[in-house]
Amino acid sequence: MTKNSILTPAGKLTAGNRTDKLDPRVRITATIILAITVVSFASWQAVTATIILALFMMAFSEPDWRKSLHRILAMDGFIVATLILLPFTYPGDVMFTLWGFDASWQGLYRAVMIALKANAVMCGIIAFLGNMSSTELGRGMTGLYLPIKLTTLMMFTVRYIDVLHHEYLRLRQSMRARAFRLKTSRHSWKMIGYLVGMLLVRAHERSERIIWAMKCRGFHGHYHFARLPRLSRRDFLFGLAMLAVWAALITLEVLCPPMI
Amino acid sequence: MPADDLIELRDICFSFNNTRSILDHADFDLRRGERVALTGPNGAGKTTLFHIIMGLRKADRGTVRILQNTCASEQDFAAIRGRTGLLFQDSDDQLFCPTVMEDVAFGPLNLGASDADALEISRKTLHDLGLSGFENRITHHLSGGEKRLVALATVLAMQPEILLLDEPTTGLDQDVEIRLIKILQNLPQAMVIISHDHAFLKQVATRQIRLQNGKLVSDTPQ
Repeated sequence: MTKNSILTPAGKLTAGNRTDKLDPRVRITATIILAITVVSFASWQAVTATIILALFMMAFSEPDWRKSLHRILAMDGFIVATLILLPFTYPGDVMFTLWGFDASWQGLYRAVMIALKANAVMCGIIAFLGNMSSTELGRGMTGLYLPIKLTTLMMFTVRYIDVLHHEYLRLRQSMRARAFRLKTSRHSWKMIGYLVGMLLVRAHERSERIIWAMKCRGFHGHYHFARLPRLSRRDFLFGLAMLAVWAALITLEVLCPPMI
Repeated sequence: MPADDLIELRDICFSFNNTRSILDHADFDLRRGERVALTGPNGAGKTTLFHIIMGLRKADRGTVRILQNTCASEQDFAAIRGRTGLLFQDSDDQLFCPTVMEDVAFGPLNLGASDADALEISRKTLHDLGLSGFENRITHHLSGGEKRLVALATVLAMQPEILLLDEPTTGLDQDVEIRLIKILQNLPQAMVIISHDHAFLKQVATRQIRLQNGKLVSDTPQ
């Protein structure tokens, strides 16, 4: 599970690349702006330019390529069903007919655009936030005055997804130890139901014990993060460069009318 | 009440959903400098007793006095929680920050220490427990023994006056257990230790009590 998580644990930071010297606040802001801009683009030229730029920046941040590819594919796998169905559900000029359903060119265009935009955002996130530790992300979020609840929720997710996953594996192992094999049978479904139920009950009980443990240490409802230092020259330069790129992308969008 | 009474429980009753009675008019005192072993069969309510002392569960009746303060409401308990340290049975419940350093600094920060002070306290606590160099380790990648010691560090970083240790030796190998015994023997705090490990208790505890049929009875071997 840790392998697939968006965040690299602090202990395994690959030092030496260029983006992780930047302030987390600047990186988070850049990611959010890039994501919002690319999602609102309508012309394919601007979207293609963004994805090329995101790929370029991803290369610049020297991520763990295998892991990054894995993440991108995981996201693509998630939206692929929508993309395949889109040409059939979007009205427009007929491209071909399959079992009486018309696929439209306009639908295909939409699907391609969505795929490009999603991948551009994903590459941007990997480039800017991929090698950031969860603590840094938390600090950056607090520094940007994002809701404390959101930050707290994020920190808990990072910490406990792994614990829950281990709990699941333990339960699954104990089932296997008693010769349980997953089959398409009533018995199988019932046992998986028990497994999920047990996982929920345990998660609930654990959450109670955690809040107790936190209260015992004087928790008042929010995390304390160490303050971030003031922005450096490097951060301002990066911010300026990003603004220039952003302006260029918007100009491209304005100059190129949407194809459909 | 003598001034060196740290915990005073009087006439405590507790039951789950009014069906199964766990504590039945139980009394307990902890004095300065004592290291009390709390034993009893599984499910007797030893952990529940700790939760009542910390105010995490509310007793059906009886009075709880911690460090000379009568505690009844959540506010009363919140005020003394920093001065009483509870080590949980499962360290995974206790370590909820991504890195060791943040987890240890969490308590001092909540008690109002500045960033620099909290870091300093955490570093010192880790050093005292022989955990220097663990600062940036990821809490859920630690081994069972390391987790237990880090959890102890998170509790000690709050500089409590009382320690409540819930089965501190479960799942520890001999080396870590010996290390833990040394640490506990050298700690100045008064403590209550739940354990089934008699050899361990013999080395650490100054007296033993036993929770049986809802009552706390002295069980110190003569």
